[in-house]
Amino acid sequence: MAYSEKLLDHFKNPRNVGTLDKGSNNVGTGLVGAPECGDVMRLQIEVDPITKKITEAKFKTFGCGSAIASSSLATEWLKGKTVDEALAIDNMAIVEELALPPVKIHCSVLAEDAIKGAIKDYQTKNGVQTAESIAASH
Amino acid sequence: MGQRLIYLDNNATTPTDPRVVEAMIPFFYDNPGNAASRNHPFGWAAEQAVDTARKQIADLVNVDEREIIFTSGATESDNLAIKGVFEMYQRKGNHIITAKTEHKAVLDACGKIEKMGGKVTYLNVDRQGRISLEDLENAITDKTVLVSIMWANNETGVIQDMKGIGDICAKHGVLFMSDATQAVGKIPVDPKAVGVHLMAFTSHKMYGPKGVGALFVNRKNPRVKVTSQMDGGGHERGMRSGTLNVPGIVGFGKAAEIAKAEMAQDAERLSKLRDKLQSALTGMLEEAYVNGDQDNRMPHVTNISFKHVEGEGLMMTFNQNIAVSSGSACTSASLEPSYVLVALGLGDDLAHSSLRFSLGRFTTEEDIDETIAKVAEGVNHMRDLSPIWEMYKEGIDIDAIEWSEH
Repeated sequence: MAYSEKLLDHFKNPRNVGTLDKGSNNVGTGLVGAPECGDVMRLQIEVDPITKKITEAKFKTFGCGSAIASSSLATEWLKGKTVDEALAIDNMAIVEELALPPVKIHCSVLAEDAIKGAIKDYQTKNGVQTAESIAASH
Repeated sequence: MGQRLIYLDNNATTPTDPRVVEAMIPFFYDNPGNAASRNHPFGWAAEQAVDTARKQIADLVNVDEREIIFTSGATESDNLAIKGVFEMYQRKGNHIITAKTEHKAVLDACGKIEKMGGKVTYLNVDRQGRISLEDLENAITDKTVLVSIMWANNETGVIQDMKGIGDICAKHGVLFMSDATQAVGKIPVDPKAVGVHLMAFTSHKMYGPKGVGALFVNRKNPRVKVTSQMDGGGHERGMRSGTLNVPGIVGFGKAAEIAKAEMAQDAERLSKLRDKLQSALTGMLEEAYVNGDQDNRMPHVTNISFKHVEGEGLMMTFNQNIAVSSGSACTSASLEPSYVLVALGLGDDLAHSSLRFSLGRFTTEEDIDETIAKVAEGVNHMRDLSPIWEMYKEGIDIDAIEWSEH
């Protein structure tokens, strides 16, 4: 399987690898996947309490090259976005940008889930009512 | 990139030895004959070349040349043996016993037998990758016609107790078939000495060309017969029709001759290099585990799991110049990790983390030194990226986490 240049670049030089303080109120953590499935992605965002923009994004991923590249790309895209803008990131945009082959589409889905997981965690911590929590309370 | 390429995937296929290529060349243009053409010098030359090769191959595995049936490869030989015995011995019974760690060519042929109304028992293996002789004996019924157990496993290199299995088959009067694809030409293989009645093997795993294989079929005590699966001109004693692949067979024969002469020295050299690779990687890296029985194993193979690192991602760190294979799901379309490693009781996470290194005749010490360095570097890089490695280092019990299954 031949991978795209962009994918290989993100794999070899992953952006924003690391760990944010998951105890901080400004940090949201998304942990998705399972070791048995061969993919675990942890994606974290730090949100500026005043501007509500994502100022920092970090990831660590256990998985194949496509999973690592997808999460690296996701952190790049997250920085500077508002939470609402971040929620609009679609897995197919990742597929397109990295030219993921069909068998690797699940890696982009995982990255989208990790983004949504991180945002949900942040919102829960900060008492933001999400569409889901509003629905649940009714 | 100009990097030197290193090939450590010899269980997938071996390079064709240049001496084999040289032996084959005259049989493309200079000697174009069909071995079945009995009435002119072209046919005679081809027939003689096939006879010579048949003898070389028979000598390698210590059988009579009349017991060698040429096929297109081990997959065809496995199919011919299993389906051919099932059809031929229908009146005797309809039950076949095999193991969960067999090659797909055996497992899928057995699957077809089940669809045809047969019964198949799939034996478990222990943590070492070997079947239990007790389980085997308990599985035999009066309907059992065939036991099919591979000589050596393709993923782990684990060698089964062939003599023990052969004795049980003999005691119960059941035919014993073995897929010996990974063993022939690399370790001494003598089917008659262990009671194997049918044996599949192939040229391209022993430095011969692709597209030619063989099935050994025992001729005396017992006289074994298989129903042909390929019908036509009645070649190969009616068991496998089709014009013989003369250049391929000549190459296979030459490969067998070389293997017989050089197998011992190759095995000795390769086992030292393999041990060097294995002890360096398991010594330098934490949480690296060798999969399968190390006391009963092919000399050129090691299968290692690097915990908390995913195999395909790991391979990507060095696969621009080093070729190995992985039991990770991501190398297959199915997303399931290696069924062989799972059968050893590894757990899916360790199966995903495995690499198979299979050395060969052309592997050098320099190859191994470079591989040790690149793989260790790759594992460390991937662990720096791995959230579960971080959790492991923090002392978090990863098994206790409720993961979101995908």
